[in-house]
Amino acid sequence: MTDLSANTGGIKSPNPFWLASAPPTNSAAQVQRAFDAGWGGAVWKTLGIPIQNVSSRFGALNARGVPALGFNNIELITDRPLATNFKEIAETKRKYPAHALVVSLMVETKAEWQDIIKRACDAGADGLELNFGCPHGMCERGMGSAVGQEPRVNQEITSWAVEYAKVPVLVKLTPNVSDILPHGLAAQRGGAHGISLINTIKSIVGVDVENFRLDPHVAGRGTNGGYCGAAVKPIALHMVSQLAHSQEFKLPISGIGGICNWRDAVEFILLGSSSVQVCTEVMLRGYRVVEDMIEGLTQYMRRHKFERLDAMVGKVLPSFTDWGNLDLNYETVAKIDATTCIGCQLCLVACMDGAHQCIHPAADPTVRVPVVDEAECVGCNLCQIVCPVPGCITMATVDNGFAPTTWNQHEHDGMPLRPKKGSH
Amino acid sequence: MTAFADSKPPLTSAQAMAEANRCLFCSDAPCMQACPTQIDVAQFIRKIATDNLHGSARTIFAANILGASCARVCPVEVLCAGACVLNHQGREPIAIGRLQRFATDAAAAHGWRYFEAGKDTGRSVALLGGGPASLACAHELRRAGHRCTIYEQGASLGGLNVTGVASYKMSSERGREEAQWILGIGGIDVKTRCTVGRDVSLAQLERQHDAVFVGIGLGADAGMHLPGESLAGVHGAVAWIEQLKLGRVDTAGARACVVVGGGNTAIDAVRAAKALGIDDVTLLYRGTQAGMSGYAHEWEAAVLEGVRAEWCAMPTAFDGAHRVARVQCVRTDSKKQPIAGSAFNLPADLVLIAIGQGTLGQQLAPLEGIKTERGRLIVDAHGRLGRKGWFAGGDCSNGGKEVVNAAAEGKTAAHAIDAYLRGGSK
Repeated sequence: MTDLSANTGGIKSPNPFWLASAPPTNSAAQVQRAFDAGWGGAVWKTLGIPIQNVSSRFGALNARGVPALGFNNIELITDRPLATNFKEIAETKRKYPAHALVVSLMVETKAEWQDIIKRACDAGADGLELNFGCPHGMCERGMGSAVGQEPRVNQEITSWAVEYAKVPVLVKLTPNVSDILPHGLAAQRGGAHGISLINTIKSIVGVDVENFRLDPHVAGRGTNGGYCGAAVKPIALHMVSQLAHSQEFKLPISGIGGICNWRDAVEFILLGSSSVQVCTEVMLRGYRVVEDMIEGLTQYMRRHKFERLDAMVGKVLPSFTDWGNLDLNYETVAKIDATTCIGCQLCLVACMDGAHQCIHPAADPTVRVPVVDEAECVGCNLCQIVCPVPGCITMATVDNGFAPTTWNQHEHDGMPLRPKKGSH
Repeated sequence: MTAFADSKPPLTSAQAMAEANRCLFCSDAPCMQACPTQIDVAQFIRKIATDNLHGSARTIFAANILGASCARVCPVEVLCAGACVLNHQGREPIAIGRLQRFATDAAAAHGWRYFEAGKDTGRSVALLGGGPASLACAHELRRAGHRCTIYEQGASLGGLNVTGVASYKMSSERGREEAQWILGIGGIDVKTRCTVGRDVSLAQLERQHDAVFVGIGLGADAGMHLPGESLAGVHGAVAWIEQLKLGRVDTAGARACVVVGGGNTAIDAVRAAKALGIDDVTLLYRGTQAGMSGYAHEWEAAVLEGVRAEWCAMPTAFDGAHRVARVQCVRTDSKKQPIAGSAFNLPADLVLIAIGQGTLGQQLAPLEGIKTERGRLIVDAHGRLGRKGWFAGGDCSNGGKEVVNAAAEGKTAAHAIDAYLRGGSK
């Protein structure tokens, strides 16, 4: 029996799939529909002093005909009355006692934090998430990422929240910092029970080159927004790993950033997340995307014989290391499968123009399958990346007779390195 | 002319974007190699995807000034799209013809022009015939700065693009507009209703010009020399299609049409007859379906439209009072020879004969050095005829191919003419 139940810092949910604090968790009607669709948890859209939003809030990055690979927003926290929000939270929690209902909060003064935490706990929240991440609008008022970028402030507000809260407290971090670790450690010192990351990345999603203004715009003006969606996943994975990998950092992580399907979720879990949060994919496709996430994760766990989620959390972390610990004598070369090659020669031009000039046309001009000069191939993967036929180009390991040697070992012990390729 | 709605309607902007984004941007792309004019297909498609339509059309026209008509009439299934690598992945090839139309239509709609005449060289070239080969040749010659005079025996330029291309592929108007757009480069003198040998002699041409390009196409429909061929309702297919495009064909009351032949003109004719509302349209071909020279994809389209075929059969006579009423036929064997005792009749009140066209090479017979083979002009790879200063391209030398072949040969010959004119005296 595969057990998908999740626990992040004491916040329990029937599965690790939570909706992130965002437009999809704006109201009871939405969150309840999401729970009905299968979501295990939801972080209610950030509550604070209700604000006034602008029209024209979202923008997208499209690439090669694929819309919204990246997504951008300048929407702020809730614009609904707090009383309404708390009433709906209470009602939702009553109806869905087994689901994780976390409430995201963002206020300014200590008194405001005390008040809003009490109201959230009274409404039945299973946990709180402190929004120290929002990089637009609220940070100009000294909140959101303005807090997340200052470890001292982060720690202090976290300690207030932990003091007032009767439920676990997660701190949601901003990625708009040069190194995430001090910020995770600040929250840890403040007593947080877990970390959520990443919040959105400060961004300008586009420029309207015909009308000479940002795109999208608000009455002709634009501002930086928060960037998210599939395109940010690599940044999020790195930041999750940075925390999870650290010996000093010990808190559980709720991973966020570009998760679109079960495989993305598995990646976050394997790098140390005990739950994952999704927003953009739901904004683009709706709540029902969770069905595939649950099925895919279940099948994955069965295939790898993980009975519980705990068994896979962080399982890939040992393979994450510094560059200096990579084996310089490890050698791969590209192999092109002539039976599936369609002759587009994208690999050839990529290698010639963008890599190490070791893929050449076949000697017979009627043959479109290119030839890899394995003696020169540096094993960079570029050909495999551009190939439109999955599995056609593989990177084969070469036994070159050299013992594994890292840069650190080479510098320290003078261990021999294999001859360089493609560097003449 | 709703009967002749576009067989491949134009793409909307959204459709073109989506299709363009499917293109892999192959290196040294097979589609480009398969194009007689070597259009850099991957490059023009990428420019559609990036909303650089002006550049996209420039890429097309730089290789083929007849890119707009070729977009409509090219048999892409056996050329560029047939070579698309996606075929090897079991995917639909890129709709290259329709994307080319999208880009060239945009150029026409915006009135974009790309090319200017070169600095005047003081040399002048005669171009015989005003069809695609001569137009492509003249345009390229003007870019090089040579003056051009086109001698056309008909009333307008465009050649088969105006008179011969099936209406469901392209309207005559579009062909005429394209010819005018090409003339827009300036410096191309046009003499229409001018027949070489009658209005101007070969000797005059040689005196007045520094070089001559022959792009006179093919002659009239070949006849069958069968009894009853002069009955009303029996026509050469090319002539009939021309009349049709001029709006001079009346098929009211026609119930059965028989088209004799197995080439692309025959297929154009059956599809046109069907589109005109004739119920019973039959292709009569003396060989097998596999042996026909018409494109398989065109024939499949004809079958879908309801055309049927009598394979391995040929006409022996056309029968009727004043107007043809039936075609007397006989079955043929594997050598396309009649089988005794196999006679049968096909009812027909319209018969179109599409067994080929005559050649015009004999017109140049008086000129020493020019060689012909069954009336087809013999040229080398550069379009050079055997006589100094004489060049040829298009149907008159290739025996009857596509518009894109004529465009390519016209361009190739222009480069040879330019080299010839710059190389020395006449």
